[in-house]
Amino acid sequence: MSTTVEHVACTFCGCVCDDIVVELEGSRIAGVRRACSVGRGMIDEYDAKLRRPLVRGREVDWEEAVEAAVTILDRADSPLIYGLSSSAVEAQRKAVELADRIGAIVDTTSSVCHGPTGLAMQAVGEVTCTLGEVRDRADLVVFWGCNPSASHPRHFGRFSLTAKGTHTPNGREDRTVYVVDVRPTGSSKQADHFLQVDVGTDFEVLTALRSLVKGNRLRSESIGGIPMPRLSDLAERMKACRYGVVFMGMGLTMSRGRHQNVGELFTLVAELNEHARFAVIPMRGHGNVAGADQVLTWSSGYPFAVSFARGYPQYGPGEFTAVDVLARGEADAALVVASDPVAHFPRRAAEHLERIPTIVLDPARSLTAGIAQVVFPTASYGIDASGTAYRMDNVPIPLRALLVSGRPTDEEILDRIIEAVK
Amino acid sequence: MGESLTLITGRTREQGIGMHKGKTSPDYRRATERAEMNADDMARLKIEEGGTVRLRTAGGEVELPAEKGTLPPGLVFVPLGAPANLLVEAETLGTGMPSFKGVDVTVEPV
Repeated sequence: MSTTVEHVACTFCGCVCDDIVVELEGSRIAGVRRACSVGRGMIDEYDAKLRRPLVRGREVDWEEAVEAAVTILDRADSPLIYGLSSSAVEAQRKAVELADRIGAIVDTTSSVCHGPTGLAMQAVGEVTCTLGEVRDRADLVVFWGCNPSASHPRHFGRFSLTAKGTHTPNGREDRTVYVVDVRPTGSSKQADHFLQVDVGTDFEVLTALRSLVKGNRLRSESIGGIPMPRLSDLAERMKACRYGVVFMGMGLTMSRGRHQNVGELFTLVAELNEHARFAVIPMRGHGNVAGADQVLTWSSGYPFAVSFARGYPQYGPGEFTAVDVLARGEADAALVVASDPVAHFPRRAAEHLERIPTIVLDPARSLTAGIAQVVFPTASYGIDASGTAYRMDNVPIPLRALLVSGRPTDEEILDRIIEAVK
Repeated sequence: MGESLTLITGRTREQGIGMHKGKTSPDYRRATERAEMNADDMARLKIEEGGTVRLRTAGGEVELPAEKGTLPPGLVFVPLGAPANLLVEAETLGTGMPSFKGVDVTVEPV
């Protein structure tokens, strides 16, 4: 029997598009509509064939795997809990509870994504808005150091470029769009203006923009490779617009200056509110990485890099962030939830995971699962488990189960570990 | 030997699509095991389209097929993936974030 399920949420990226249509034939996904090329595979190619947990490569029952995980965590002096951004809020809460119980460090993929954005937010604040406001109101949109056409393919159509809203009835025609990046991209081709900035000079360009917005005249002919007249033109458009929005990405957080770059941008956006309504939204990568920030903040006071080793939460980017803890060889056990650090971390950090007992909760057999001592193949939130994910603008989106799962959720496994650890 | 350029790593649509097929799948490997360069840089360094190039950073060394990309002179782009992980150092300068973009890289044809 075939069924059509509407308003399905895709959890691949921070857009969490909740207008996906899925065709089911019995308990099989037979078709996916409206999803982008990047997100489609998450639903279309979902494979729940891994049904049993593994301990040192051997299939065991769930109870034995929980016991093995608990033994590892009980023996550890400095365990690391990492990942969380592709899981649901319900499981993220459990991960923090477990970290608190066993005195672990808990860090999320934020630290290698928008961690520096979090640091900037704490330093200078963030003037922000929802994606619905962007769609309905924004007449000037700037994409700085991000390339949605590759990373968030439906962002343009749903919210920021061609989307039509209450005060933007003509969609693309009602918006002026800038892309600032170190190279031309699929996104810059769709912009009205492309400003190519020299690598590592974003901070200088943003400082110059702040100065121009304040009405100062700058003598330089160009800043960071951008001719001054073009920068002045952007400053004037920013002041003259009705509702401006900046979307920012890894071009700022991963390059020289990191949180200083983001702080300068956030300050510029705050100052622009003397002239127009202006907001900034970080382009969050994983489907619920924003939720991981939310959960850690409301439960520990800090968004990532939190250690419970002393019995209370301590915040330490650079000290309690996963890459640092692993590269320095400080963690003596790891529990990785819905993330694949072996595939995405610098080699020197990733290889430490092979030296220590690692536990993995993941619907698929990730590269990290390949080196782990204990592997729990869990259900996937939004496909065969229900839960909640926070979109990149921190709007919570409910995730429904399309299929009946034969596998427990991350939340259930973490709960069983919490009950059993000493 | 070789010439010093600047490496940036990042996501591509093909890398994102390949991820769902598994990170050891041919699609993912094809998407991540490549280096994009500026055409003039390739000509000067005598690197042919599809030719193998050796990239060396403080983090490590890899050999990848080179392609002409829409990059300004002096930049090399490698998609996120196993080769990029070998080139990016684990140092985070106290932030938790490694330098995935703006890495000094020595480039030479193989």
